[in-house]
Amino acid sequence: MFDNAYEALADSADDTRWAFGTGFHDALSGVDTDVPGETDRDQLATYCLMLGDDALVHAQRLTEWVTRAPDLEEEVALANIALDLLGQARLLLARAGQAEGAGRDEDALAHFRDEHEFRNVRLAEQPLGDFARTVLTVLVLSSWRLAVFQRLRHGPDPVLAAIAAKGVNELAYHRDYAAQWVVRLGDGTDHSHQRLTAALGDVWPLVDELFTPHEIERGDLAVDPAPLRAEFDDVLTTVFAPAHLETPDVAPRSGIAGRTGRHGVHTEHLGLLLAEMQSLARAHPEATW
Amino acid sequence: MVTTEARRIAETATDPELPMLTLVDLGVLRDVQVTDADTAVVTITPTYSGCPAIAEIRADLHRRLTAAGYRHVEVRTALHPPWSSDWITERGRAKLAEHGISPPDAAPEQPPGPVPLTLEPPRTARACPRCGDRRTERLSAFGATACRSLWRCRSCSEPFEHVKEI
Repeated sequence: MFDNAYEALADSADDTRWAFGTGFHDALSGVDTDVPGETDRDQLATYCLMLGDDALVHAQRLTEWVTRAPDLEEEVALANIALDLLGQARLLLARAGQAEGAGRDEDALAHFRDEHEFRNVRLAEQPLGDFARTVLTVLVLSSWRLAVFQRLRHGPDPVLAAIAAKGVNELAYHRDYAAQWVVRLGDGTDHSHQRLTAALGDVWPLVDELFTPHEIERGDLAVDPAPLRAEFDDVLTTVFAPAHLETPDVAPRSGIAGRTGRHGVHTEHLGLLLAEMQSLARAHPEATW
Repeated sequence: MVTTEARRIAETATDPELPMLTLVDLGVLRDVQVTDADTAVVTITPTYSGCPAIAEIRADLHRRLTAAGYRHVEVRTALHPPWSSDWITERGRAKLAEHGISPPDAAPEQPPGPVPLTLEPPRTARACPRCGDRRTERLSAFGATACRSLWRCRSCSEPFEHVKEI
């Protein structure tokens, strides 16, 4: 018998892993994953990809801060937020794979899809730039996702509802963290205020896309984000007032013939992000380490 | 009778990140059933969506029950209802405090409507697990694992960790 779980892993007979934190698969292991009979499986799979890709791509961006953050506390905070989002992404991609029924698991979906098959909103793939733009992006994405997940808890797919119920608690403290930093920078020095204002100019044109639903987001399985705009605006106003920020008057960034991230039409940044994220898995397919 | 035995074994498994706590102390072990003479089915729940410990816990349970003679061990994950820090037992809280980690207060209620935004640092002062003084401050809402935050005692100047309310 072993005193702790790490020792127990070392010579586990049916386990190909040799190091902690590697070789995990099947995020939904043991969860009752039946798809309710009346569900449109393709719609469920695509919707799970949308929510999963938002989290996966945003998490990948946030981890770029690891070893580069302004201080240790912020590095730990951003890495923790990324870890929560990666956890949500794993569950959602695993669910997408089951609904799809083509034998693709979470790893296949994360590492072996190309850019046009990713369904994340374009804001999630933008380079995070400086710390001001980072916390502003986290504020915008977490406020939006929290509003969606809070309603998705009562949605018809039991697995999606359970993932959302867990996610709500996590997103609430991601948003608190980002909101506190936005107030601190906005209400800080002239320089920090200036950097935050510049960040807002970069982020804001991509906010409209979050509330412009794809047809699947208007379906019965999903939460339509369009009616959540007022709630989102209220949250941001509450943060922007003490930060002395004003919503900029800028035109939304257009897609191509009305098609944006949810349709698989992305900015040039996603390809580069995926190249880094997927290169190892593609160089050594089926490898375990 | 056999279920009691399997349960007793599953209850000895500990959390890899907080090894002073058993899965029962942490409120992660939800159910143990023996379905026939050599099949044990254990249900656990993850603390946070991305908690990497869950895979280790699954492997550990598998190993312990296999070693005890159960030929088929199934570890199920229950996502619903989501884990709450309120599920940490009294014994678990006492052990955390004993190891210098401040245990969580009552988790905030889940509002049916929009989740309120918090713009202020927490007002509640945690008692320092070393000297007991309540003149403490939060350094960061995030710590070494998803479930902990970083604090400092202004009386004895020692840093400490606090298990977050969720």
